[in-house]
Amino acid sequence: MEKLLQYTLTGLAAGSLYALVALGVVLIYRSTRVLNFAHGDIATLATFVAFSLLTNRYSFPVALASSLLVGAAVGVAFYVGVLAKAQREGANLLGMVILTLGLALIIQGAVVWWWGAEPVSLPFPISDTRTYKLGPVVVSQLSIATMAAGLVGSLLLYLLVQKTRLGLAMRATSENVMAAQTLGIPTRMVLSVSWGVASALGVVAGIFLAPALLLDPFFMLDPFLKGFAAAVLGGLNSLPGAVVGAVILGVAESLTGAYVSIQFKNTLAFLIIIVVLLLRPEGLLGKEFKERV
Amino acid sequence: MDLIESYAQDLRFARRRITQVLLGILLAALVALPWVAPDHVVFLGTLIALYSIGVMGQNLLIGYTGQISFGQAGFLAIGAFAFGHMRVWGAPFLVALAGAGGVAALAGVVVGFPSLRLKGPYLSIATLGFGVAVYQVFVNWEVLSGGRSGLSIARLAPMLGLTGTQTVYYTYVLLLAVFTLATYNIVSSYVGRAFVAIRDSDIAAEVNGVNLTRYKLLAFAISSFYAGVHGALYAQVLGHIEPQIFNIGESLTLFVAVIIGGVASIEGSILGAAFVLLVPKVFSEFREMVPIVYGATILIVLIFEPRGLFGRWLKARLYFQLWPFR
Repeated sequence: MEKLLQYTLTGLAAGSLYALVALGVVLIYRSTRVLNFAHGDIATLATFVAFSLLTNRYSFPVALASSLLVGAAVGVAFYVGVLAKAQREGANLLGMVILTLGLALIIQGAVVWWWGAEPVSLPFPISDTRTYKLGPVVVSQLSIATMAAGLVGSLLLYLLVQKTRLGLAMRATSENVMAAQTLGIPTRMVLSVSWGVASALGVVAGIFLAPALLLDPFFMLDPFLKGFAAAVLGGLNSLPGAVVGAVILGVAESLTGAYVSIQFKNTLAFLIIIVVLLLRPEGLLGKEFKERV
Repeated sequence: MDLIESYAQDLRFARRRITQVLLGILLAALVALPWVAPDHVVFLGTLIALYSIGVMGQNLLIGYTGQISFGQAGFLAIGAFAFGHMRVWGAPFLVALAGAGGVAALAGVVVGFPSLRLKGPYLSIATLGFGVAVYQVFVNWEVLSGGRSGLSIARLAPMLGLTGTQTVYYTYVLLLAVFTLATYNIVSSYVGRAFVAIRDSDIAAEVNGVNLTRYKLLAFAISSFYAGVHGALYAQVLGHIEPQIFNIGESLTLFVAVIIGGVASIEGSILGAAFVLLVPKVFSEFREMVPIVYGATILIVLIFEPRGLFGRWLKARLYFQLWPFR
């Protein structure tokens, strides 16, 4: 029982990171119908910026804020500079996926070139060795911070999308770009904001993940794939679905690692997703999309 | 431009005299290469030949059938290890090669089943999951992967008085020719048209009498057969395989090759394979620049030349055909 609780808690911490990544993926997919394969790499770049600032003795809030800005700026620049142009020329889903793949490769190369491929450790104010006992389970300071970050990130995004005028414009744009334009919504600006917010969410995940691992140019690959898978599991056009999918994935993965086999936990996580998708092809909370010929 | 009067004429392989002459020159150059070029160039040619086969398979799936697969490295690994084990048990080269393709094709059918229900991004995640799963199975299951030290494969014995490098080169180029012809035939037969119909709209294809189940699974089977053969040939050329070779980067490389070479184009597949192998060679002094060059090329190609290198070639050809009138 204690083992179950302990591993569920670990899974929840991982799940909240996946949720941050998945929310970004869903936000971008919902608004621009693009699967952003550069999501993880934007986060990696921004986390390395934070690393540089922290090693040069800037304070943590400064580093966090600037890395969020860098991440958002890269996202916006890519949308405005490349993707909007490609969409205007009628690129299809595959074409746009590949454009983001191109960006991912460029960022990867740039990060290796600038910071090197050697793993480094991020000087982080919150420790993952200091632990607290909550009844029968032990929880580290870092997992609490991670879960808090996931919760705050999701909450802020919820408030932004559901309670503000900008959020209303975002929802309208994701529903139907043409209609939104006709109603006077500056859709280009709204979509850029979506890209910026989504990239910043990914950066938060990167920064809270880095202290648990070592920081190297490919450290976001695995969490990005998981976040992506979680988004698909929950339904690519549903923001609550992303959180639900991420929590399920995190907990399932952690429990598989505990009870079945630690080596095959990634495999089993993906197997679960494939099975769920076979039963519900549009994801758990996604809307079924109808296609016309 | 020449006038095509019958369907049989339309199907002919190299229709115009000039094409036949150019094709002949190309083939002669390929045959002559090992006698004039140093060994490392011949080896590079061998690699391009085997990659072309894999890229062609990937192109049949992505370019012709429109099913996004990120799990291609999984099929490469399956093909490579099936081949390796069969060679270790003493199967001759061609038997092991066919076996590797067959095993990979079976795996392809299994992976193809989700494609009957999933589309676009959902399918890409399912295939990605397959790639990850195969990788982990091979990394963690030492019976399959030959343990920590990997699996060693005996080199091909030199034949007909050629050196080892030359033998491998000729074998691979011959196989590439066989696969190229086969691909041409697939693409211009009913099967190929069914694939294209599914890509353009699967509902419309079904209404027009294309059996979706059969042809989607067939697309996966053929594509993974090619990938299996690619993996096997790669294993043979390396002489030693480890599961770490077939990571997600390898899937992405094949993907990039298809896009840069030209979606839904057989010549483009070969050009794309040459591109992804030559760029790391050319930039070998600045290894970290390679992803940047890949990425930048992808952006440039997709924005300015959506049909890839092959599209550029078509435009150049048209220019010379119309010269001096434009």
